[in-house]
Amino acid sequence: MDGVKIIGVGKAVPKKTLTNEEIATFVETSNQWIKERTGIEERRIAIEETTTSLAVSAAKEAIDEAKIEAETIELVIVATASPDSVMPNTACLVADALGIKNATCFDLSAACSGFLYASEVACSMMRVGRYKRALVIGAETLSKVVDWEDRGTCILFADGAGATLYEGTNENKVLAFKTQSDGSGAKYLELSASYKANRFHQEEPQHPFIVMNGQEVYKFAVTKVPQNIKALLEETPYDVQDIDWFILHQANERIITSVAKKLGVAEEKFFKNIQHYGNTSAASIPIALKEAQNKLKKGDKVLLAGFGAGLTWGSMLFIVS
Amino acid sequence: MILEKLQQIVADKLGVDTSEVVLTASFRDDLGADSLDLFEIVMGLEEEFGIAISNEDVEGIQTVEDAVNYITARQ
Repeated sequence: MDGVKIIGVGKAVPKKTLTNEEIATFVETSNQWIKERTGIEERRIAIEETTTSLAVSAAKEAIDEAKIEAETIELVIVATASPDSVMPNTACLVADALGIKNATCFDLSAACSGFLYASEVACSMMRVGRYKRALVIGAETLSKVVDWEDRGTCILFADGAGATLYEGTNENKVLAFKTQSDGSGAKYLELSASYKANRFHQEEPQHPFIVMNGQEVYKFAVTKVPQNIKALLEETPYDVQDIDWFILHQANERIITSVAKKLGVAEEKFFKNIQHYGNTSAASIPIALKEAQNKLKKGDKVLLAGFGAGLTWGSMLFIVS
Repeated sequence: MILEKLQQIVADKLGVDTSEVVLTASFRDDLGADSLDLFEIVMGLEEEFGIAISNEDVEGIQTVEDAVNYITARQ
């Protein structure tokens, strides 16, 4: 069985909704500016929730939808840039919370491409025949690593989690992946690890917040994503017009508009929920996939595309089963 | 020639009519472009005219005429 298909999708977002108007009371910005520049109207912010708790909730929803026993899951990968701890990894905590006892569990760091990267890794591991069921989660609490005085970033980044359950099958539905990177763009989107110093080496404490060069990231996304999508489809029997739904990482509505235009595809085929959730990095694609579910029909060709810090980017084509 | 191509690109990116893209028009003030629109226009010009426009140079391109002059000097 070297095929893979999706059998369940779940999402979890924090309870607190933070609107543009509320942000404008403590940061110099406005609802109109944020809406025009990004498409975002509101986003969710974790207060009691954690990256782990959101990951667990999203996973539960996916498992319930798939109607399987959690303990049959053999692989758990959590894509995150905001884990609650370095050790233990989030995946082990998620597995423990769900009663998954026989799994390989690890976190994967690829920023906003994390879900795509983790999906490629999971599917590759499954195709070799060793794993029959894999849980891939994108989970973030970016509100805890954002500078709330930086109006360029605090309006964008938010919290949430999405989960996808993959299962081995003889009728392959996950047709292709294309993941890429360019480390020369590292400086455009950074989030330092915690303060690094020891008895013998002192360092200025790094700014532990997301630092972004919005211009360069925008230019990168609108250039590389269409190229990557075309390259992905060249390895399949399809071209852009055959795709029923495009689900892009929800970073900025203007990026989605630009990518649609460059591909020559109607913008209506690009699912958007950025207005409600902002940019939830690795969680954005699986959250969007869950919300798009009621629009997806069996046999639909769906293309997922992520892009972000690293620089990393990638896409995946699957057929709705 | 350059002006016509420029007008088409700007009209397409900003959703305005080519007749509004006159030499004296300021991208920001007259044509309503924000900084993301300007990147799109700049990328369009780079592709159409086979030039590379640095971020510093973008600052100096305020009006349609500035853009025409910039491109002409590099053809």
